[in-house]
Amino acid sequence: MRILIKGGHLIDPANKKNGQFDLLISKGKIEAVEPEGKIKDISGAEIIDAKGAIVAPGFCDMHVHFREPGHEYKETIETGSHSAAAGGFTTVAVMPNTSPVNDNRSVTDFILSQAKETSDINILPIGAITKGLNGETLSDMGELKEAGCIGYSDDGRPVSNSEIMRRALEYSKMFDLPCIQHSEVLELTQGGSMNEGIVSTELGLKGMPTEAEDIMVHRDICLLPKTGGRLHVAHISSGGSVDLVRQAKAKGLAVTCEVAPHHFTLTHDACRGYDTNAKMSPPLRTQSDLEMIKEGMRDGTIDIIATDHAPHDRVDKQVEFSKACFGIVGLETALPLTLKMVDEKVISLEKAIDMLTFQPSQLFKLDKGTLGVGKAADITLFDEKMEYTIDPSQFKSRSKNSPYKDWKVRGKVLRTLVNGKTVFKCN
Amino acid sequence: MTQTTTLSQRNIITMESLTANDIDTILDTADSFKEVSTRAIKKVPILRGRTIINLFFEPSTRTRTSFEIAGKRLSADVINISGAASSTVKGESLIDTVRNLEAMSPDILVVRHNCSGAPALITQFISKPVINAGDGTHEHPSQSLLDLLTIREHKGDLKGLKVTIVGDIAHSRVARSNIHAMKTMGMTVKVVAPPPLLPIGIEQLGVDVCHDLEKGIKDADVIMILRIQLERQNQGLLSSLREYSNYFCLTEKHLSNVSDDTLIIHPGPVNRGVEISLDVMEGPRSLILNQVTNGVAIRMALFYLLLGESDANSN
Repeated sequence: MRILIKGGHLIDPANKKNGQFDLLISKGKIEAVEPEGKIKDISGAEIIDAKGAIVAPGFCDMHVHFREPGHEYKETIETGSHSAAAGGFTTVAVMPNTSPVNDNRSVTDFILSQAKETSDINILPIGAITKGLNGETLSDMGELKEAGCIGYSDDGRPVSNSEIMRRALEYSKMFDLPCIQHSEVLELTQGGSMNEGIVSTELGLKGMPTEAEDIMVHRDICLLPKTGGRLHVAHISSGGSVDLVRQAKAKGLAVTCEVAPHHFTLTHDACRGYDTNAKMSPPLRTQSDLEMIKEGMRDGTIDIIATDHAPHDRVDKQVEFSKACFGIVGLETALPLTLKMVDEKVISLEKAIDMLTFQPSQLFKLDKGTLGVGKAADITLFDEKMEYTIDPSQFKSRSKNSPYKDWKVRGKVLRTLVNGKTVFKCN
Repeated sequence: MTQTTTLSQRNIITMESLTANDIDTILDTADSFKEVSTRAIKKVPILRGRTIINLFFEPSTRTRTSFEIAGKRLSADVINISGAASSTVKGESLIDTVRNLEAMSPDILVVRHNCSGAPALITQFISKPVINAGDGTHEHPSQSLLDLLTIREHKGDLKGLKVTIVGDIAHSRVARSNIHAMKTMGMTVKVVAPPPLLPIGIEQLGVDVCHDLEKGIKDADVIMILRIQLERQNQGLLSSLREYSNYFCLTEKHLSNVSDDTLIIHPGPVNRGVEISLDVMEGPRSLILNQVTNGVAIRMALFYLLLGESDANSN
């Protein structure tokens, strides 16, 4: 079975292609990428007319919560995969804070077998840094890697104990996988439900100061030189942390970081009216943090965009603000929100695609995020100009928690292919 | 009641959302209701046949009783539900609880809740008016209104008055409501507290900040003392109540340089000798009990303005 994606504007940062190219798929792999009209042998190929569309490598989201096993009422690997495909994502890394926690081979096996049975996209598990996310005992990192985990994280919780984090960075080095830290000093955020600032003061909500993030980012950076591990800072949200990562990179330390679209499009003002859809961890920060995040995207301090897709049922969101769960559905709004950064000239369209494809793939040493010949045909077609209004009720995700309801945006995924198979098509 | 008055809001959730006109209307209405409580037969038939539910998820004596008495003096049927007795202890969500109550056709819901924003959440799910009787560390509108009524009675006009609020501003819904309301009424507000008890960015609400009690109250027309809670000590916000009192307990000594016309108010309950000395509390400037009396009139006014008029007109 061959497929020709014809007449599109192909952007493939991995291979430095940006222009009118046709792409031929054969047996789920990319057979040829040639300037428009130059592919000769297209016999028997199904034609996908990509005129007016951007043809990009399938997006890779290295930070999602698919809630399975344990919280299937919020999301499953199946529904999460539909959400991913609708958002243009062909590869996602699922965080281990499930129930039970993915801290051993049997849970990793379960996730991968569920993925095989119910998902059309690439599901890559992340294993826990500590057993049961308890922050006290290292998980069997070797076994987790052998089972298929591509990184380690206690996400949702920080590894608070400096000694344990130090050992995690040391030990993970043996397996050449990064430790992904949810950077938060819990003593400073206890009981908090939003950013500490004028809005939390007005709303009478306990705040979570940016220092809580900065201190832990700094601590982990301090642990890098001697341990030689790789640190990946999850969902960076404070301007101070961006500065710390910038300085560490300048020293040549092995630190990378990701940003979630909500941290470059929303501020703590979104919490006004006690909208629990604006409650996330780390919280939405100030305008000044947002500007520093954008600067970090502009100068390359921030490596990748990851959504922190955190679906929650109404049961967990239609409650008092301080009792509501943290997080939002991220996969289905990531593209238009990222394109806002292109509109604002923070990053180029090519850079935006790079941060969603090749960079995450590089960082986690995956053979993804590229339209190279011979690679898996994971491809996303999108219309960068199409305007529409975000309607969470139409999300493919099992949950609908999004603060972007009624936002007028542009940029719509038209078709998503994984291994040459169409897994999403916009109607 | 013959005057026609309306509020810009159909719920009373925050002082921030009330206009100066709303506040004047409520205070004027409360003024006219004060007389009812001085009668031998303390009842008028304005809300006969109406049902008021007091839903209190947090312990309260003064506020709950005040709302109850206010409702009964207007002849409404008043039902009290406390957090411990409500089905939330069985795991029912707040929204389900209030929807079930609404299904029994009350006319108004008065809600006290330990979570900031809970009354605002409720208004999204029920159609009957809601009065916030204090939510977390957010707002306590009826307390602010009774404070304003008490001040107005003694000062004549609110505009231009200087108010100093002393105490745990960070955790005080009374302070937040009063800061908003007093700014709206053209008053000047100063807050006095040790830094750990001041919330981040409080000065952006248009108040002056001071850490010295004596300086802070020097030119004040009104001194509002807030209750200090023992548990702040365990949170590392206070070293001890004794140390707090050394610096922030209002005593006669502090008042020697303060005008005789300066009023002292406190939303209660008072920790005697911790934030205010007994002498000051029982002294001539103290209006603490007047506040409680005025609380009933304010709550009668709120019920009347949210419910009564359509009845008065139809009768």
